Amino acid sequence: MEQIIKQQILKKGLKKSGRKKRWLSRVLVMPVVIFLIVFFVVPLADILCKSIINPEIHRNLPQTLQALATWDGKTTPDNTVFMALANDLREARKKGVAGAIGRRLGYEDDKYRIMISTTLRKLPRKPVDDIKSKIVAASPLWQDPTTWQVIKQVSGSLTTHYLLQSFDYKTDYNTGKLVPITIKMHNEQVANYHIKILLRTLWMSFIITSFCVLIGYPLAYWLSCQPTKRANLLLILVLLPFWTSLLVRTTGWYILLQSNGLINYLLQLFGIISQPISFIPGRFGVYIAMIHILLPFIVLPLYAVMKGISTTHLRAAISLGAHPLYAFSTVYVPQTYAGLRAGVLLVFIMAIGYYVTPALLGGPADQMISYFINYYTNEINNWGLAAALSLQLIVLVVILSWIYSKISYRKRKV
Amino acid sequence: MFKHYYRSTSWKIGRFIFNSFAGLVLVFLITPVLIIIPLSFNSSSFLTYPMDDVSLTWYKAFFTSDTWMSALKNSFIIAPIATLFATVLGTLAAMGIAKTKFRGKMLFMSIIMSPMVTPIVITAVGMYFFFAQLQLTNSYLGIILAHTVLGIPFVVITVTASLRGYDDNFSRAAISLGASPLTVFRTVTFPLIAPGVISGALFAFATSFDEVVVTLFLASSSQRTLPMQMFSGIRENIEPTIAAAATIMLVSSAVLLLTIEYLRRRSERLRKPTH
Repeated sequence: MEQIIKQQILKKGLKKSGRKKRWLSRVLVMPVVIFLIVFFVVPLADILCKSIINPEIHRNLPQTLQALATWDGKTTPDNTVFMALANDLREARKKGVAGAIGRRLGYEDDKYRIMISTTLRKLPRKPVDDIKSKIVAASPLWQDPTTWQVIKQVSGSLTTHYLLQSFDYKTDYNTGKLVPITIKMHNEQVANYHIKILLRTLWMSFIITSFCVLIGYPLAYWLSCQPTKRANLLLILVLLPFWTSLLVRTTGWYILLQSNGLINYLLQLFGIISQPISFIPGRFGVYIAMIHILLPFIVLPLYAVMKGISTTHLRAAISLGAHPLYAFSTVYVPQTYAGLRAGVLLVFIMAIGYYVTPALLGGPADQMISYFINYYTNEINNWGLAAALSLQLIVLVVILSWIYSKISYRKRKV
Repeated sequence: MFKHYYRSTSWKIGRFIFNSFAGLVLVFLITPVLIIIPLSFNSSSFLTYPMDDVSLTWYKAFFTSDTWMSALKNSFIIAPIATLFATVLGTLAAMGIAKTKFRGKMLFMSIIMSPMVTPIVITAVGMYFFFAQLQLTNSYLGIILAHTVLGIPFVVITVTASLRGYDDNFSRAAISLGASPLTVFRTVTFPLIAPGVISGALFAFATSFDEVVVTLFLASSSQRTLPMQMFSGIRENIEPTIAAAATIMLVSSAVLLLTIEYLRRRSERLRKPTH
């Protein structure tokens, strides 16, 4: 009896201390979690939300939209709508947000951006009776009912515009159907512009990952066959570049690949070429530098896996009459699959999000999604589109990371 | 038994090819890193081989240039503070995570690891808009906070790993002898996991010292860091001062690598008797 009571007291105490420990753990983790939620998760969510929010017209032309509510949708609206428009535009100019209205309408067609800016310039300072004729005189586009349809179309607080645009589609105003869009680049209409960027990013990442495997796998195997002391020494040759600044390595490749660089010098010295090849800016330079940068990420995990594989299996297979190469491919390689898959995904995930190296060594046709996210954010100021491209990229990364965590979990269980 | 394979000519040729392939890949890995060092001592104003003459001109140019010096100074202001923040926060979190199971742990872990897998440009754009609302862009504080975010996962990973090798009986013994939890941490736990904490800190430092994309978005020219200056240097007009800067960064990363390796070996040595 006494013993049972003692046991119960002990159990209670254990439970209590367990609870206390869990509570302490939560308290210790909390500061980081809160810090990261504030300075990382919220900004990330904020940028992703920007791909669907559409505040420019909704927020800055409230009177106009209210006046438009009773508009029949087919004729030019009457004077009251124009009066409301004039009020809204004056208000917007005072608050310094008029540019946002013009920019947003300009995404639909550039002529609307110009329409807004000329209207603003010619808008009477004070309210006048016949404002309609003044505004129409400023820009005849106001007479066209389509203009007003467009304003109504883009007045929602949420939009699919940017997401569709990131896949090169838009909604037609009249029919409401999806239509493909083309983008004007260097006076040339380009179809499937963003799809091509996405495919190029995936293709370049695929090439880089493949080469990392093709040269990383043999290297890791070779290193794992060396005596430990020598292997540790040789590993420094892998670790040093791994630890070296990205910019230092990119500088190194710039120096090697430039048209009067060492590679061209040697090729000319041995008479292989007569004219220097311009590797950079170009795809070749981006490939070679990115393979160089990402190679350690596949060599190091593979080496770790290979170190743990006993060679007795291989020897057994050979002693039973298998050709060493056959034994290698059927006995040894399958044991490295888990490490290989994890390494491949790691390299691929890192490659699709790359910015610095393509930006420095690549030409305009060698840029990946990251470059365009930067371009739309800092140069074009089309933040919705930058956000939509970010969403594309993050969805890719989330899917791949999910696969990665599945694979590395399986590896741990085995 | 199977020696005949290894004696055959084709096998020998194959092995020779394999060895040379591995050697070539190692050369491929190390060449772009080492190629810069001699050029930083070149007297010519071109970043090309063959070299003219040995001189310290470009180091002098580096150390007397206002832009490079302010970039160096900024890096040495930002990186240590970000490292300190990341190390303190990361070590606390690792202590919470390492040994206990509790509800929501997986979610917390994925939040902590997410800055590492999120493509850096997206992080940069998100912070750019969010920090602009808080008026943290173009300020040291903004960049320090951003670099702290990026450093935290590395600290958590390394410290969690070193805590895995820490024997809880030490803490229990100390508590049974009457030490308060804080004393236990200060005198028993921390000295034993210190190598892990220090290498975590070095990782965070290296992350901040090498970070360029987020800084490009958040910094104005007065917070220009060393990598940012190198980025614009390569982009605009590449000159040998960059080689000098790169050599200095290379030497510091070699020192960092050696320190981390030393700490790893030391903690391995310390860990052995308990197992």
